[in-house]
Amino acid sequence: MGIDLFGSLPLVVIWLALGGVGIVIQAFVRDNTRLVFGYYISTLIATGVLAALTFGHTGLTFDGMVTMGGSGAFFDILFCVTGILTMLAARPYLQREDSEIDEFYTLLVSAVSGMMLMAHANNLVVLFVGVELMSISFYVMAGFFRKSIRSIEAALKYFLLGAFATGFLVYGMALVYGSTNALDYATITSVVRAGTTPFPMLLAAGVTLMAVGLCFKIAAFPFHQWAPDVYQGSPTVVSAFMSTAGKAAAFSAFIPAFTMLMPVGAGASYVMNMQLALAVIAAVTMLVGNISAVAQSNVKRMLAFSSVAHAGYLLMGIVSGTAAGHQAIVFYLTAYTFMQLGAFVIVSILERENDGHLEFSDYAGLSKTHPVLAFLMAMFMFSLAGIPPFAGFFGKYMLFIAAIDSGFTWLTIIAVVSSVISVYFYLGLVVKMYFSDPVGEGHATNPGTAALTLGVAAAFTVLLGVLPSVLQSMFTAFH
Amino acid sequence: MEWTKLLIWVAKGAILVNAMLVSAAYMVLAERKIAAWMQNRVGPNRVGPWGLFQSFADVIKLNLKEDIVPAAAHYQFHALAPIIAIGVAITLYAVIPFGDYVIIGGHTIQLGMAPNMNIALLVILAMTSVAVYGITLAGWSSNSKYSLLGGLRSAAQMISYELSMGLSVVGVLMLSSSLNLSTIIRSQADLQWNLFYQPIGFLLFFISSLAELNRAPFDLPEAEPELVGGYHTEYTGMKFGTLYLAEYANILSASALMTALFLGGWDVPFLPKLLGLQPGSIELALLQVGSFLTKSFALVFVVIWVRWSLPRFRYDQLMTLGWKILLPIAMANIALTGIGILLFKH
Amino acid sequence: MDMHVLLFALFAVGAVASAVLTVTRRNPVASAMSLVAHFFMLSGLYLTLEAQFVAAVQVLVYAGAIMVLVVFVVMLLNLGNEHRLQERSSLRSVMGTLIAALFAVQVIITLLAHPTGMNAMSPQALTIGTTESIGQTLFTTYLFPFEAVSLLLLAALIGSVILAKRHVK
Repeated sequence: MGIDLFGSLPLVVIWLALGGVGIVIQAFVRDNTRLVFGYYISTLIATGVLAALTFGHTGLTFDGMVTMGGSGAFFDILFCVTGILTMLAARPYLQREDSEIDEFYTLLVSAVSGMMLMAHANNLVVLFVGVELMSISFYVMAGFFRKSIRSIEAALKYFLLGAFATGFLVYGMALVYGSTNALDYATITSVVRAGTTPFPMLLAAGVTLMAVGLCFKIAAFPFHQWAPDVYQGSPTVVSAFMSTAGKAAAFSAFIPAFTMLMPVGAGASYVMNMQLALAVIAAVTMLVGNISAVAQSNVKRMLAFSSVAHAGYLLMGIVSGTAAGHQAIVFYLTAYTFMQLGAFVIVSILERENDGHLEFSDYAGLSKTHPVLAFLMAMFMFSLAGIPPFAGFFGKYMLFIAAIDSGFTWLTIIAVVSSVISVYFYLGLVVKMYFSDPVGEGHATNPGTAALTLGVAAAFTVLLGVLPSVLQSMFTAFH
Repeated sequence: MEWTKLLIWVAKGAILVNAMLVSAAYMVLAERKIAAWMQNRVGPNRVGPWGLFQSFADVIKLNLKEDIVPAAAHYQFHALAPIIAIGVAITLYAVIPFGDYVIIGGHTIQLGMAPNMNIALLVILAMTSVAVYGITLAGWSSNSKYSLLGGLRSAAQMISYELSMGLSVVGVLMLSSSLNLSTIIRSQADLQWNLFYQPIGFLLFFISSLAELNRAPFDLPEAEPELVGGYHTEYTGMKFGTLYLAEYANILSASALMTALFLGGWDVPFLPKLLGLQPGSIELALLQVGSFLTKSFALVFVVIWVRWSLPRFRYDQLMTLGWKILLPIAMANIALTGIGILLFKH
Repeated sequence: MDMHVLLFALFAVGAVASAVLTVTRRNPVASAMSLVAHFFMLSGLYLTLEAQFVAAVQVLVYAGAIMVLVVFVVMLLNLGNEHRLQERSSLRSVMGTLIAALFAVQVIITLLAHPTGMNAMSPQALTIGTTESIGQTLFTTYLFPFEAVSLLLLAALIGSVILAKRHVK
């Protein structure tokens, strides 16, 4: 059996830490929340460090089931960092809501391990297991506030629709397997390229169904309707984690899967149609996300629609299908993760029990009551809108260039238009915070460890905007 | 397919089903006799010598009784439930090998319907898990709370104990590296019985079988003081009789399974060699079948013995035993077996 | 007519019929039991294709475990008199019918384009469907996903306990 132990370390370590040691600690140590919290933080740190160490060690392991190093390792680091930041923000939040249970961290880490499987998958079976591992953890995390009817609604909606989407994904995989007689990416790519499948219709149907499944996971247009309800109803830190790391994981699976199924210049006729279909989905997703966000009065819901819109921007990279497009996705995902996470964490700090203090009007005059939070929020909003000195701008720029280079100028024009629309509601919040007077008494907030999350998120949002080359230099290692 | 083969097959099937139903009927009598004996009573002794024809009297009585279906019952499911119960019970017998093979007139006849099935054990586990439907449907379709509670209890109980039952045979599978019952029996030839290698596995299997069979001390689904008759409260006549027969048929099949898995099946230690019996001869076949049936009925006796000796578990005790005690032990047993195989077989 | 083909046809017709019953029965228990029958038919189909292990596991897992829980829950809920679901012909159902029809057309086109006919079974089929070969593959080539599934089940287990527990704190 071909197992490269060093290269597989990140995956193996997080598994053993979770399924081997973590569960035992949770089962046999009483009053263990602090211990479990620290344990899982260090697990994620260790995994992230190992991923960084194996970054240059590319290749396949476990009989070609998973890839090592390269973009997979990069995504590992991203997931681990997001996981750590979410945990730091979650602890004070959950304590405030009086529902800190140690299993929250277990589920978070298992979600991270599922995402890592998705990023490393080199086989459809691994991809499926990864998607399910992440999704199942998410379903439970979405319903973590079991006394809140909204949280339960979010969990149920997410579960039912998610299970349905998984059905699409699996059916697509089955059809792809049936028409190419292979589950591993390399063989499928070669069959698709050569156009030697005896069942081209089935292959096309399979690819379409897989695209549907993955589009659900990234919340792209016709399959985005769950996103606002789920992100609004879930505990805010969970929404933060789902809308950032979850989306990154879906794209980390989307990129290799569609490099495989939709190789540019391949013989199969469906490739062009598929590309066009994805382009249309991307365009509609941006418009629908941004236009719906304009109409929202709830900040969480607004952020949810903004995450839908960002899925549209990110899809542009998939549509282009080029290496530059994929690099742009990775860059924008990294930037988006930090700014969206930061925005959601600020919401979680300001939030009060029973979904209180979540309306736009509650943010009026925030610059006077909470100047630091208001400043950071403004920064994240600028970045999300894609305004220059911040990370969001540069990511969008890369995506637009990639789309134009592959001939999708019309898509870029729509993207620019929808970005302009998005400025309205992002800056609307900033205007509310800075140019309105506070209503009633401002209440005290205690961010606790969430301050650390905000600091890191803010630092990266600025750093990636000012020095994008830091990340870009890493991409040369991918390809 | 040759006609003779088909004929042999049909004949085997007919013998098997009839023998099974008659033994099930006689097990009812045995149960009553043993219970009487243990309680210092006489037991049924009116019909025939020592009451030996009591079973026939019972069956005739049940057949002649009026078939009453409660007005609010789901008629189709009420009728379907006994069919499922007896159907599953009969299917189980198809995979059990009662002996090796016998050569009559140049035809090699396997002593069993499908004794060489490669997935026999999986089929048995599948069928026992399907057996739940007979009981739950009977409970639900009667539209009576006693029946419903009995049905629900049995469903929960059977699902819980299926796990430890399935896991307890894994040790046997590892030792004989096969799911084929004939192969498993052959691997135990000459007193190399799994009972000696898998004592924990046997005990676990026996206990979980009792629970799967809804037998005392786990007979909560039909606990008389609480539930009248449990899931078959609302059954009369031969529908009741069928459910009852299925229960006893299941006891016999579980015993036969334990014989095959742990007691060497048809294996008779040393005697065939001593007598110089050839494989395939009628004498050896008779000896094998006799040995298999003796072992099985001995186990049936133990099952009955347990029922009249032990008090009933409480429901929470039942669940605790299944999930918190038997399941971990079964898993530990697998690990131990693995270590043992690693140390001694390689 | 070959025995295999005959059995396959029998099970195929049974599978479709029980699937139709599953969606048309109004009584939830009847629907569930039709689904159980459907699983048995599928298992029969697998058997005719020499996929023994999958056939047994199909019954063991789906009919024997999952559907028992479904029936169990239906009985616990005790839905009583079943009401006819008033399904108005909304845009959604029209769209659903259209997509299903589209899919059927696609399947027909695919089948017509490549008539598979009654091919003789590949000799490989006899060996790849056994418990032994599936076990071999599962513990060598597919070791990684196999182990990953254990983590998946663990997460599902923890999740369901968390959601179902009455007093967490």
